[in-house]
Amino acid sequence: MASLWRYVLAGLGLAALLAGILAAVYLTAPQSPRPAGSEIARSKKTANGLFVTSFEPERGVVRQGELQSWLLTLRTNAGTPVEGAAITISGGMPQHRHGLPTSPQATDYLGDGRYRIGGVKFTMSGLWQLHFAISAAAGSDTVVFNVLL
Amino acid sequence: MCCSERWSKLNRFSRLFALLAMAVLAGCGKPEFSDAEKKTIASLALSALPPLKADTTNRFGDVPAAAALGATLFFDVGMSGDGKVSCSTCHKIDRQFQDDLPRAVGVGRTNRRTMPLAGVAHDAWFFWDGRRDSLWAQALAPLENPLEQAGNRTAYAHYIKARFGERYERIFGPLPDLTNVPANASPLGSDAEKAAWNAMSDAQAEDVNRVFANIGKAIAAFERSIAPPQTRFDRFAAALATGIQLPQGDDAFSPEEILGLKLFIGKANCVTCHTGPRFTDSGFHNTGVPPVANLPADRGRIDAVAQVEADPFNCFGAFRDGDAGACGELRFMVKAGPELARAYKTPSLRGAATRPPYMHAGQFSSLEEVVAHYSKALASVEGVSEVHPLQLSDRERAALVAFLKTLAE
Repeated sequence: MASLWRYVLAGLGLAALLAGILAAVYLTAPQSPRPAGSEIARSKKTANGLFVTSFEPERGVVRQGELQSWLLTLRTNAGTPVEGAAITISGGMPQHRHGLPTSPQATDYLGDGRYRIGGVKFTMSGLWQLHFAISAAAGSDTVVFNVLL
Repeated sequence: MCCSERWSKLNRFSRLFALLAMAVLAGCGKPEFSDAEKKTIASLALSALPPLKADTTNRFGDVPAAAALGATLFFDVGMSGDGKVSCSTCHKIDRQFQDDLPRAVGVGRTNRRTMPLAGVAHDAWFFWDGRRDSLWAQALAPLENPLEQAGNRTAYAHYIKARFGERYERIFGPLPDLTNVPANASPLGSDAEKAAWNAMSDAQAEDVNRVFANIGKAIAAFERSIAPPQTRFDRFAAALATGIQLPQGDDAFSPEEILGLKLFIGKANCVTCHTGPRFTDSGFHNTGVPPVANLPADRGRIDAVAQVEADPFNCFGAFRDGDAGACGELRFMVKAGPELARAYKTPSLRGAATRPPYMHAGQFSSLEEVVAHYSKALASVEGVSEVHPLQLSDRERAALVAFLKTLAE
């Protein structure tokens, strides 16, 4: 009988040890740069749901260390292109606590709710965030796009 | 019966445990690289450096005769106010185009460390603070800086016409008539030189500025040819990329160098800024490097923004070749923000081990001091340092230095 208790105790001890190791590994490991799949979506609603937006590189590929143009597309929930929007852009790398190496700007309106965002540059691999403040006839809203290099 | 059953259970358990322990030990003992590490190492190899792009703002940038004239001018002490200083006085050809001094000495003593030139043409910004936006505009600044070459704009134009007129005209076309142009005049010089400059006609000023800009374009054409050499790290990386787990022979790394490399791309976060085949992101960062006592205030990038915007030879200026589409860096430059205070350009680490002292004013005399600085991550005297303290042991710091040396062998 006593030996059975020893097995139970040993089992509990091993389980506790395993839990401890797992906790140590997961709590001390550097935060994974890869956020959940939905967070690096290239298309999403603005924070207050005013616009449906998408953000993608104008030439399809993201190149590290080069100035690139991206396209921000703005539509209403009904799918109507948003014209005449005022857009300001900020951002950075949250994990390294630094801002963007450039000041991207909305440089052209290309029609159909599409705005060219010039001067986008990612100098290193990792998670970048771009914050857009959008003002149009329908109102003002914000959206954050994550870009993972 | 009961006992033997228990024994066989225990036996099975201990066998499983032994297997697990062996697997763990085997994993620890093998100094191999993860796929992510291999990818990062490949991205740092010289073979990953893209071919140098044409500089459309300097249509002479890849003209051999311009590069040859630029080389002549680079080494010519006639290109200075006192006839004793050339670009090569500080950018010494046999010393990685730097001078081993904490702060450069030209005609006077400057407040900044001479930067080496290998691969410089890949940069978007020049000087430690990026106060110029092209290689050719950069080359012009020391020519008129009273502490560097201490010359003046019209004197350079006269000198070029007298000394290199024929070579110049074969490349850039006819030189202007300089008969009525004063011998010494510049918008940046002494009071007398400024007065003489202001007395010149707009056409004369434009003529002289054109010759001056072309001097910079010739020197830049020469500097475009200065490329970083292959190092032991590049041979190691090339061998690793072929699938060899641990390169052998001449390409081999010692266990200490491997540890240093792993730290560099891992826990020590060096690769955050020292990224890509030149080991630089070409950006500006405040890393809490202390100022040098008794030197004038030096705020880095934050004071350079206005300077590059005011430079008549910048990309928006009249002396740019090609269209303004090449001016993206200047157009989308970060102009304000606390992160610009005491931010300095990330230097390339290629060859760094054999060119102390380090930092923008030669603050640290050895790589050990540099690594210790980044390990401690002291606060910046102004703004906020982007560096966070690292818990690096003596052994780890030594390993980082050992790895850095492979970039200079």
